[in-house]
Amino acid sequence: MKLLLLLVRTLAAWSITLLIVFPLIWLALTAFKTELQAISVPPTLFFAPTMENFTEVNLRSDYPLYAKNSVITSVLSTLLGLAIAAPAAYSMTFFRTRRTRDILLWMLSTKMMPAVGALLPVYVMAQAAGMLDSIAALTLVFTLSNLPIMVWMLYSGFKEIPPDILEAARMDGASIWGEFRHVIRPLAMGPLASTGLLCLVLSWNEAFWSLNLSSAKAGTLAVLIASYASPEGLFWAKLSAASLMAIAPIVVVGWFSQKQLVQGLTFGAVK
Amino acid sequence: MNRLMPRALMAPAVVTLLLWMLVPLVMTIYFSLIRYNLMQPDQTGFTGLLNYEFFVTDPDFGPSVINTFLLLGSVIAITVVLGVALALLVNEAFPGRGIVRVLLISPFFVMPTANALLWKHMMMNPVYGVLAQVWIFFGKEPVDWLSDFPLLSIIIMVAWQWLPFACLIFITALQSLDRDQMEAAGMDGANALQKFWFLTLPHLGRSIAVVIMIEMIFLLSIFAEIFTTTGGGPGNASTNVAFLIYKQALLNFDVGVASAGALFAVVLANIAAIFLIRLVGKNLD
Repeated sequence: MKLLLLLVRTLAAWSITLLIVFPLIWLALTAFKTELQAISVPPTLFFAPTMENFTEVNLRSDYPLYAKNSVITSVLSTLLGLAIAAPAAYSMTFFRTRRTRDILLWMLSTKMMPAVGALLPVYVMAQAAGMLDSIAALTLVFTLSNLPIMVWMLYSGFKEIPPDILEAARMDGASIWGEFRHVIRPLAMGPLASTGLLCLVLSWNEAFWSLNLSSAKAGTLAVLIASYASPEGLFWAKLSAASLMAIAPIVVVGWFSQKQLVQGLTFGAVK
Repeated sequence: MNRLMPRALMAPAVVTLLLWMLVPLVMTIYFSLIRYNLMQPDQTGFTGLLNYEFFVTDPDFGPSVINTFLLLGSVIAITVVLGVALALLVNEAFPGRGIVRVLLISPFFVMPTANALLWKHMMMNPVYGVLAQVWIFFGKEPVDWLSDFPLLSIIIMVAWQWLPFACLIFITALQSLDRDQMEAAGMDGANALQKFWFLTLPHLGRSIAVVIMIEMIFLLSIFAEIFTTTGGGPGNASTNVAFLIYKQALLNFDVGVASAGALFAVVLANIAAIFLIRLVGKNLD
């Protein structure tokens, strides 16, 4: 009876999981097919894999430019975000005042403004400043929209650092700077790393701002993939190859840090 | 010095966020009260609430509000119900549980535009798509998903993305379920359904609330999936409020009307936000 239950559970869990992941498996398979195999009826399951799509995508669609834009905007916005968020979270954790709680909740509330509500002003400002389709504008917007989550995630990470350690350091006459360098920094590396990772993922996948503020010059991979919606969409194998290259790095990052990433997104409300 | 330092450290974050919140908000309110069309720069001046009237009486407005809530409600229902079921399924030990959990989360990390096109072409194409092949295999007429069921198609894409998120939150929450209590209930003769209803579900209550509210924030302004697949159509069949605002702004170039719509979206989102902030606030020691 118990063994039967285990068997049923194993089968059910595996088949449901494979069903959910199936579209991704299919995408990966299609990326290695020829265009003809990609649209064959019935679908081709066994085929000699070809790398042609990847080289084609790299040569024809400016893939390297979009990939470069994605890397630059997500890395820069992560670093900039950490530079602004880390001091704030540090201050709120270790120098708590009566207003800290309100400030934290207010920051959270800014994240809840729908992006579309800010679209027009941001668009008009970017246009006026000549920053439409620029890496600077995208980086800035990514940073700002991720900032509340970053402060929150860092705050809940820093809170885990035992205050006794700090008190001991202060008793020994350490300055704020010394306390930060020798006590906090080593302990803060974990939260900083997972916050940075979440920000990297969010910026990499960001589609609303990149679709509206950038195109051929500063477009990210999300924009490149969207361009396959029209005519080129007929080239499924190339679309798959481009998509696979765009999502594979982030999905792999997600596999290894899913727990921290998802907890960061829930603002520490689920433990 | 020691009193100024904490404030100085906090200042950059507070100031940038304050600007990021206030400047667009004030500008949106201002735009919504004036005549502002990018194609008719000569028309200017204060119009009062005319833009609001125009946005609300747009024949696409009603359907777009309904679509927004249909999209939101369906995705939340699907992800919560299936998410809980799936989390319960993979919570107990079985061979390969670790791998299953890792694989399950994958769709959540796929960028929205890639997700949308993957479904639009490879899955839902009425001739070559995988679903069409499955339908043919069972002797049925293939469905033209995006033309005949545009909103349902978007719901499927978005639910596919968010189910793993919900599931992972529930798995995390299940780990803190009191095993002794479950065993005691079993000894007292409670069956599986009773244990689920009286112990597991109440325990998951908080995480269900969190999932619902976070999905509300992100799903109220679903954009990329609609932009890359249906373009809001056919007609207005898959237009939500976010996409309608985009259409007014960057396709009709009517900044005034779009701003009125944007304020409407902000109010909508704030209703959701109030609940989430209360919930999270309680958790802040």
